[in-house]
Amino acid sequence: MDIFGVPLQAMMSQLLLGLVNGSFYAMLSLGLAVIFGLLNVINFSHGALYMVGAFAAYIGVTSFGLNYWTMLVLAPLIVGAFGILIEKSMLRWLYQFDHLYGLLLTFGITLLLEGVFRSFFGVSGQTLDVPEALSGATDLGFMMLPNYRGWVVLASLVVCLATWFTIEKTRLGAYLRAGTENPKLVEAFGVNVPLMVTLTYGFGVALAGFAGVLAAPVINVTPLMGSNLIIVVFAVVVIGGMGSILGSILTGLGLGVIEGLTRVYYPEASEVVVFVVMVIVLLLRPAGLFGKEK
Amino acid sequence: MNRTLGYGLALALALAAPFVGYPVFLMKLLCFGLFACAFNLLIGYTGLLSFGHAAFFGGAGYVAGHALTALGLPFEAGILLGVLAAAALGCVMGLLAIRRQGIYFSMITLALAQMVYFAALRAPFTHGEDGLQGVPRGRLFGMLDLGNDLTLYYVVLAICVAGFALIVRIVHSPFGQVLAAIKENEARAISLGYDVDHYKLVAFVLSAALAGLAGATKTVVLGFETLTDVHWTMSGLVILMTLVGGMGTLAGPILGAFLIVALENKLGDLGNFLAEKTHVEWFASLGESVGIVTGLIFVACVLLFRRGIVGEIAAALARGGRQRRAA
Repeated sequence: MDIFGVPLQAMMSQLLLGLVNGSFYAMLSLGLAVIFGLLNVINFSHGALYMVGAFAAYIGVTSFGLNYWTMLVLAPLIVGAFGILIEKSMLRWLYQFDHLYGLLLTFGITLLLEGVFRSFFGVSGQTLDVPEALSGATDLGFMMLPNYRGWVVLASLVVCLATWFTIEKTRLGAYLRAGTENPKLVEAFGVNVPLMVTLTYGFGVALAGFAGVLAAPVINVTPLMGSNLIIVVFAVVVIGGMGSILGSILTGLGLGVIEGLTRVYYPEASEVVVFVVMVIVLLLRPAGLFGKEK
Repeated sequence: MNRTLGYGLALALALAAPFVGYPVFLMKLLCFGLFACAFNLLIGYTGLLSFGHAAFFGGAGYVAGHALTALGLPFEAGILLGVLAAAALGCVMGLLAIRRQGIYFSMITLALAQMVYFAALRAPFTHGEDGLQGVPRGRLFGMLDLGNDLTLYYVVLAICVAGFALIVRIVHSPFGQVLAAIKENEARAISLGYDVDHYKLVAFVLSAALAGLAGATKTVVLGFETLTDVHWTMSGLVILMTLVGGMGTLAGPILGAFLIVALENKLGDLGNFLAEKTHVEWFASLGESVGIVTGLIFVACVLLFRRGIVGEIAAALARGGRQRRAA
């Protein structure tokens, strides 16, 4: 069976690959949106922390003999703790200034982190083995589904939806949304806003770390893997707007799929298709698909 | 009065410099100085943080290099084409990016510049990973042989001084005052009846064209153009130069550019020297750790002296002046 001259099998595997990439876009743009909502900072180092998450998993498995599942929990915690350190020691002092400085600081941190990992691991990539429980593939009848790829999509969907639920439906999330609207007022009600800010940043980057661990077995783990991704994620954020949690998730997944389809029909453009979509959205709906016109 | 004296002194130094230093290195400093000043026109005087200036710098470099190498055009035409290409690119990118404000503006410029990077990676005339090699210098107006380093140095100096003079003129013009108003309070500028988007776009195109002038000139000076110049790290580097020197000061970006370029070039030597003196082996690898060092400077600048070197000096002088008046 062919779809516009492309065999169904090839089509499906590219679509799946697109969904996998889309899951990473979704998780990273979600973290960016949560951080931006409360801190008014665009966290450039998000990509670098995703890289740190992947390397943490690699180091944990190869040097400490821990298994993939332990690292799936441990690496986000490490990255989150590191993020809290960054927020407490540096980012905190910049809130009173123009929020461009937050972007510049996190850009500097990105260069620093990439430099450090480069001096240890060089630029050539490391690979992490797929955990045994998820190796192999399942025959779905119309295609072979590599188990690990299915797991990546599933795990990130669960994490994204859990985040959405927490922010939109729980008391903690209500504080968070209130803090995004008016931090002074929330503080007056006795909520410890500075602590909330710190934890939000920690949680946002932990999401990036989690994405890093998920990515480690399917891509080349290199010090530069994060910055190439973060620029695409920025475009995703521009397309979706950062006002809506569900919007970030949908935009991320959707763009991953569009990218996958482009790889089937016009591979030369697959690197830039997200940017092209961004241009079109800017022309037609400058505030972004889910953004609020201010 | 002081300002005229300062400019005169700087010009005298620049005129004498090639007799002391290595002309090609000095020309590189000048080009990056102009690049940083062009960038500063946006961040320092209009309040727009562009994260995509590498596209103009490198894009113009590629166009100029291609014009000189493959098309065999003369020096002036090559530079001019580079500048025009950067201005056209700036117009397109500007039109898109100013549709959003603040932090989104930065992200859009970064994403668009990444498109330019991929274009430079894939387009046939840029030679991908190899880059353009052996760009000829040619003759100025068909007469002056630019193959001579000293001759080329004075031509480059003239170009950069002209670019700098234009920036000074723009900043002090009524147009520049409107830009300053937009930077200080955009809503108010709109309520006063200024077409803010139009002013932002013109500023963006001017900045792009001047960055292109710097990039095209740099390509001729070094005789090659590679992907480094269109990569996002170059956009970051020019931000760092401006930040170190002082955003919103006229001389700051030049000073910052000199410091950062010199640091990048001499870091290896510095590391070896430190390793020898302190016997700490790690310093010897400093040359390969440019990223760590620039990252550290970035973080330190943002946290500790946001005004940059020139900005801090100016602030200290202003404080001193106030105290004297008070006494």
